Amino acid sequence: MLEIRNVSKTFNPGTINAKTALDNLNLTLNAGDFVTVIGGNGAGKSTMLNAIAGVWKPDAGSIHIDGTNVTGMPEYRRARFLGRVFQDPMMGTAADMGIEENLALALRRGQRRTMRWGITASEREMYREKLKMLNLGLENRMTSKVGLLSGGQRQALTLLMATLKQPKVLLLDEHTAALDPKTAALVLQLSDQIIRENNLTTLMITHNMHDAIQHGNRLIMMHEGHVILDISGEAKKKLTVEELLEQFSVASGKQFASDRALLS
Amino acid sequence: MSLTTLLAAMPGAISQGVIWGIMAIGVYITYKVLDFSDLTVDGSICTGAAVCVVLMINGVSLPIAMVAAVAAGMLTGLVTGLFHTFMGIPAILAGILTQLSLYSVNLKIMGKANQAINARNYDLLVSMQKLRNVPFYENTIFIVLLFSAVMIAVLYWFFGTEAGCSLRATGSNLNMSRAQGINTNFNKVLGLMISNGIVALAGALLAQYQGFAEVQMGRGAIVIGLAAVIIGEALFGKIFRNFALRMVSVILGGIVYYIVYQTVILFGLDPDLLKMLSALVVATFLAVPHWKNKWFAKPAKKGGTDHA
Repeated sequence: MLEIRNVSKTFNPGTINAKTALDNLNLTLNAGDFVTVIGGNGAGKSTMLNAIAGVWKPDAGSIHIDGTNVTGMPEYRRARFLGRVFQDPMMGTAADMGIEENLALALRRGQRRTMRWGITASEREMYREKLKMLNLGLENRMTSKVGLLSGGQRQALTLLMATLKQPKVLLLDEHTAALDPKTAALVLQLSDQIIRENNLTTLMITHNMHDAIQHGNRLIMMHEGHVILDISGEAKKKLTVEELLEQFSVASGKQFASDRALLS
Repeated sequence: MSLTTLLAAMPGAISQGVIWGIMAIGVYITYKVLDFSDLTVDGSICTGAAVCVVLMINGVSLPIAMVAAVAAGMLTGLVTGLFHTFMGIPAILAGILTQLSLYSVNLKIMGKANQAINARNYDLLVSMQKLRNVPFYENTIFIVLLFSAVMIAVLYWFFGTEAGCSLRATGSNLNMSRAQGINTNFNKVLGLMISNGIVALAGALLAQYQGFAEVQMGRGAIVIGLAAVIIGEALFGKIFRNFALRMVSVILGGIVYYIVYQTVILFGLDPDLLKMLSALVVATFLAVPHWKNKWFAKPAKKGGTDHA
């Protein structure tokens, strides 16, 4: 479903600030894979997701989604394949527009925006049903501006928007990191539910090792711009945080250097 | 100065106010909807005026001259849009560059610094000579109000369509828009073209109203446009929440601006000072939200909200 072949990316090349964020990265996701991604700060996790989403072009290598080479495709064009939820809850929704207007924008992902009316009555019913599933009472506030919602509500809405039109690949970039623990757990549980129900191919970055082990059928660990550990199936189910840390030091020759990941 | 003089000046003030209000709707589209401070308008308003006047002097009919004026305005928006998206120039600078080049372009269109067009010799749509003693459907106030009503209706429809919604999303959140498959660069250019087309239309109306186009006529247009937007918002923002009504409030803001303008002139204020005063009024209004946040903000609520 998703294939990353020998992708490299260096930021600020040729300067003193040069930073190789992706170094000959290879990763293949099968249809229905739910992959959790962990790694220290600067390991290239978010960079990988941005490469897939097309925020910029990689220096080398190619990216294929469902057999289509998207390497040179601009971000807005490959959006038709992708559902994205960002770390910053403010980033995934239009604050000045209503809840239903945001959903209507998401429903038309990958379609030409025509001169037809931007939202129809039958859609509204569908949105109401979907919003009910979130259990946040948003179905009664469909015309409220999204800017009035809390971070957790906005993130849940973004998740709904990312999956409203089934994406080929769902990209979750530490989408619960900016939320309080209770809300984070709720949004994560919602993500899990939506991914299972729709059998979505998913890449989820998390800094929480417990979450990474508990969710998904496959776990990858990144270090210095490539994948150093790839565990799936039964082996992943039996994994513990201690083992994961040990495997990291074996694979990378270093201690796992992310206080945030250890503390949470 | 008597009350009668003031009242006699009102129809003129209202007409000009509505024309500048139409121009301010153009500013509203870039400044509020697209979140793009577009300084092109100082030049494109004159471009609209120049194209309309010069074409009419050369025997082109009024409707065609006005359509050409709008098209020329849209072209100026296209230039600023390409400066910004294709060449990566920051928004304000892109507008300034277009504005500066339009000074030369406008001079070349007119052939000199100003071109007169007299309502006695040409069949003009609006004119300061058509404020009284004409049937109501030829009255300038009626015509400019009709223009703004039709324009607001069309814009209200457009911003409700899929394409219009994607333009609003572009102004609200670029990241989200691209993630939802919206071509943000295209939308920015489109928004700038619509905006400057409207501004040029206002220029064409203004040139007819005052009887001439002049290369300096656009100086400070952006400030007058912002003033109309801000005054409209300050006076009617609480009651006019719907998008169409917000545009109505921009027109009303333009009218209020011109009534105040005429009044202070009639009270004997030095007209040379008006641009400075306009700028200061706009600066003050723009500062209010900033000051509110800085000194009068209520402490942020601590703790979780109901639905987290």
